[in-house]
Amino acid sequence: MAKKFLSGDEAFAEGIRLVRPEVISAYPITPQTIVVERLSEMVEDKSLDSEFIHVESEHSALSCAMGASAAGVRAFTATSSQGLLYMAECLYYASGGRFPIVMMNANRSTALPWNIYGDQRDSLSQLDSGWIQAYAENAQESLDLALMSYYIAEKREVSTPFMVNLDGFILTHTYEEVDIPTQDQADIFLPKYETDNKLDLDNPKNMAFSAGPEHNYIFKYKEHIGMKNAVSVIGEAEKKFSEIFGRKYSGLIDTYKTEDADYIIITLGSIAGLCRETADKLRKNGNRAGVLRIRYMRPFPAKEITEIVKNAKSVAVLEKDISFGNEGTVFTNVNSALHTEKINVPSYNFIGGLGGRNISASDIEHIYSAMEKGTEKVNFIGIEVEE
Amino acid sequence: MAVTAKNLCKDEFFYGHKACAGCGGSLAVRNALKVLGKNAVAVLPAGCMSAVGFNFPQLCFANNAIISTFAGTSSMLTGIEAGFRRRGITDFTAVGFAGDGGTADIGIQALSGAIDRNDNIIYICYDNEAYMNTGIQKSGLTPFGAKTTTTPAGENIRGNIRPKKNMFEIVAAHDISYAATATVGYMTDFLNKIEMLHIPEKIFMRLHLLLLFLMMVLLMRTLSLKMRKTASKR
Repeated sequence: MAKKFLSGDEAFAEGIRLVRPEVISAYPITPQTIVVERLSEMVEDKSLDSEFIHVESEHSALSCAMGASAAGVRAFTATSSQGLLYMAECLYYASGGRFPIVMMNANRSTALPWNIYGDQRDSLSQLDSGWIQAYAENAQESLDLALMSYYIAEKREVSTPFMVNLDGFILTHTYEEVDIPTQDQADIFLPKYETDNKLDLDNPKNMAFSAGPEHNYIFKYKEHIGMKNAVSVIGEAEKKFSEIFGRKYSGLIDTYKTEDADYIIITLGSIAGLCRETADKLRKNGNRAGVLRIRYMRPFPAKEITEIVKNAKSVAVLEKDISFGNEGTVFTNVNSALHTEKINVPSYNFIGGLGGRNISASDIEHIYSAMEKGTEKVNFIGIEVEE
Repeated sequence: MAVTAKNLCKDEFFYGHKACAGCGGSLAVRNALKVLGKNAVAVLPAGCMSAVGFNFPQLCFANNAIISTFAGTSSMLTGIEAGFRRRGITDFTAVGFAGDGGTADIGIQALSGAIDRNDNIIYICYDNEAYMNTGIQKSGLTPFGAKTTTTPAGENIRGNIRPKKNMFEIVAAHDISYAATATVGYMTDFLNKIEMLHIPEKIFMRLHLLLLFLMMVLLMRTLSLKMRKTASKR
């Protein structure tokens, strides 16, 4: 292993180098662009042997990746925000076709108003597109997810595309020390992609076909089962990963001091670090604070979350997202889990960080104190709401 | 050897579909595949030919075939071509069959991108001059004056008041290796142009012969640089 000082984007590109995708379709968009720039440099210096394809849009980026996947090879692309929305049709197409493509998405606000900074409205709006969705917290986890994502997506019983989300700028452009595994280690972890879900000259296939009401439903059900199967494969991938690389991950969620916690913030992405620091600070004053970081939004960790929060006095979902006219989407998902598992813990929603607005340590302290006192169901950090 | 009705491949690759009787598009696809052979990998976007040929479990292509998104014929061809090449397969032909709407309207961006990349693919536009699968709505290749269900010939709309886009010139302006028009009304000419697409070396020997008349099917071939060099040596 070698250590390097890398941004989240660069760390992810290093992970993709180790993955050795055979086809990369590349289209630039801030704050993802660095990923495709680094990959093109790797192809140029021959440290990566891939077909590097300059597509003319994000729609074509994913369409091209689907073509490559249908041809039976490992494909990669990356995008962000408007680009993700522009390729939305292809998201559903890729999952329906059971193409195990991996895509990095740099979480960025969606226009209008135009804004290049980070929030999670882009990817959370695509929760129903049939993609596995993981949210990285730091550059190391980004690199490691590049490797694990292919392992999970390509497992026959999963056969589902995989979106790895990195918070725009906060994670994509922030430099950290990152451990880079050797190619030999990566090759032991991730075998060459083999599939029968491919066009084959010896055994010709008609793929991506139409299916009427009778059959369509069955295909969709199988897609759901594929996604559910990812839960155990994620565990299997992380076990194998820790055996080879020595780094451990904790499945669909990551918890911090939740065992005895009265008040737990549930969040996702890079803000979790600040939540942990704040929890530590509050604990010095005897306030039992905890943090639950959702690592995977799909498959959704309903049981895992409720198991952790069932003894808490209240929970707050902190998210950089809003479903207009309702509440944050993560909050909706968490509440559904609480209801389904019959856990009667009060829950609050804290929406913030939209368009990259900073969420400070004092904002998070305020969340902990508000959930102790009781507050509105849906709260907007930093916005004075008239009573 | 020129392709004629006598020596045309007897195998069927597009068979058992539910296209209308006398459908020109299905005739073009059927006969093009006879020339391109069993190793053709066909990409068809949403449109008539995918609607009539791909209804699970009745799948009508004997060669490899896949439906792309409406806008994504060319970009999916690019991915397939790259993927097959990476698998070390050389004896295949990536071919797209898209309608006029799928080519001149929604698919024009991806088509332009694929020509710009000079990918080693064949693209065949079957131009039936309107969105026919949805029931005759105006497309960019609907001719001047045509009455369609979205351009009624009335007091206010007066049919389609714009001429057809000149798709051939649009493609030619990209400096494409080969572009031609043909019609299934002149089948021998059509078949031999497909043959020309199939064997890239021929393109360079006979390029001057290719001028076209009735626009029914627009044929396109892009070539990788490597193949260009090989072809020009011969």
